[in-house]
Amino acid sequence: MYSEKVMDHFQNPRNVGEIENASGVGTVGNAKCGDIMRMYLDIDENQVIRECKFKTFGCGAAVATSSMATELVKGKTIYEALQITNQAVMEALDGLPPVKVHCSLLAEEAIHAALWDYAEKNNIKIEGLEKPKNDISEGEEEEEY
Amino acid sequence: MEKRFIYMDNAATTPVRREVLDAMLPYFTEKFGNPSSIYGISGETKKAIADAREIIAGTIGTAPENIYFTAGGSESDNWAVKATAEAYAEKGKHIITTKIEHHALLHTCEYLEKRGYEVTYLDVDENGLVDVEALERAIRPDTILISVMFANNEIGTIEPVAEIGRVAKEHGVLFHTDAVQAYTQVPIDVDAMNIDMLSVSGHKINGPKGIGFLYIRRGVKIRSFVHGGAQERHRRAGTENVPGIVGMARAAQLAVAEMEERTARETAVRDHLIERIEREIPYARLNGDRVKRLPNNVNFSFQFIEGESMLIMLDGKGVCASSGSACTSGSLDPSHVLLAIGLPHEIAHGSLRLTISGETTMEDADFVVDHLKEIVERLRSMSPLYEDFVKKQQK
Repeated sequence: MYSEKVMDHFQNPRNVGEIENASGVGTVGNAKCGDIMRMYLDIDENQVIRECKFKTFGCGAAVATSSMATELVKGKTIYEALQITNQAVMEALDGLPPVKVHCSLLAEEAIHAALWDYAEKNNIKIEGLEKPKNDISEGEEEEEY
Repeated sequence: MEKRFIYMDNAATTPVRREVLDAMLPYFTEKFGNPSSIYGISGETKKAIADAREIIAGTIGTAPENIYFTAGGSESDNWAVKATAEAYAEKGKHIITTKIEHHALLHTCEYLEKRGYEVTYLDVDENGLVDVEALERAIRPDTILISVMFANNEIGTIEPVAEIGRVAKEHGVLFHTDAVQAYTQVPIDVDAMNIDMLSVSGHKINGPKGIGFLYIRRGVKIRSFVHGGAQERHRRAGTENVPGIVGMARAAQLAVAEMEERTARETAVRDHLIERIEREIPYARLNGDRVKRLPNNVNFSFQFIEGESMLIMLDGKGVCASSGSACTSGSLDPSHVLLAIGLPHEIAHGSLRLTISGETTMEDADFVVDHLKEIVERLRSMSPLYEDFVKKQQK
């Protein structure tokens, strides 16, 4: 069901953990839906992301997308990090099953939430960053059969 | 520790036993005749079906003519509920069932609700037990059917079927039970328990897939489910699945003959699993009734972690199990059974079901718990919920 890359990032997740006194921390998702992602960013004076860590409560895809997202943001400036889409996370993982696409959305939101926290702490505005929703849920239509 | 293959998902399906396969094989090749034809080889298949029907009838204490072969548990449930609803619509359009039924039952009820029927979904207690008094209070003059499962497929709770049967009989309401999980795990006597209809599936008892049966008490008005030929007393047309029927009967015969001895063994392994998990893994909750429980079912919720992650990691160790997590169901909601027993969503997501067989050894159980401990610990170390919990404890 999962690609080899997803399995690799699930079984050997990169950057699991916390950053003490992080520049920005973002938590998204909700336990009701079974996914919560928390992302920690350590950002230097040039607005470059030096370090990124995560903790995730969720399925294999949720863990793998978190892990991949941390890999993608490391070393990037905050503006580059802002450009990382869920599509990019999915592609980097060689795809996700359709029912797991929301996990990659969560990863994108987690980056945004951490950046938002950083902006608020430093009292700056990051162009193009909107206040993230802290709850991801999809309006799925019920099908009758 | 070396990698093994340990199958603990017997509530999902079971392997076909060697003896069962051997009994079936001739009916694919030399004994292939259509039971409805008149020549010699057809006589053989006709007799094979009659023998199978007699064996099956004996396992639930009824006469062979009350057994109708179907394609499995889902079909049996669909047939029982839809056909009764139609046949008794003049008496009323009210059905009573529970919140913890299998989807084959629940979705059938929802289908009927959209067509003018009214369905009462009874609550269960924190162990998954139906309150018989509440059930009795729910009965109305227009109630035509009570359908309560014999034992739950997820949490293993065995319902008070005999009491429900007595209440149904007193009120003149038909009683159907989905016995897919209970069949050959607990003794069933349809007369003593006042059961009017009962669904069973072949592949849960080391028989083949694609075969099951519905027991219908004589006198119950029930419409045909599949129209066509005269098979199954005109009620379920279509050339019989002869190898399937023969296989299911052989599997049932063996399973019932060995029931006492096998379930004693299963119960010992089950209780060992429960005891070790409770002792060695913190923040774990046993789901389902401790005593009124299927001998092969273990179901736990582990706080702060999600079920699918656990399953993938167990699979990595060669252990097959299942979960009530949303991620394993293809929706965002966790199991309706775990929600019905009152678990909050996040705890329902972290459930694990282990369903053993007569072959499961104590060593298998120990292997699973040893790895499970590590897996739960590892996932908790990655969980933001656990992080929050620990920080709160420290304060």
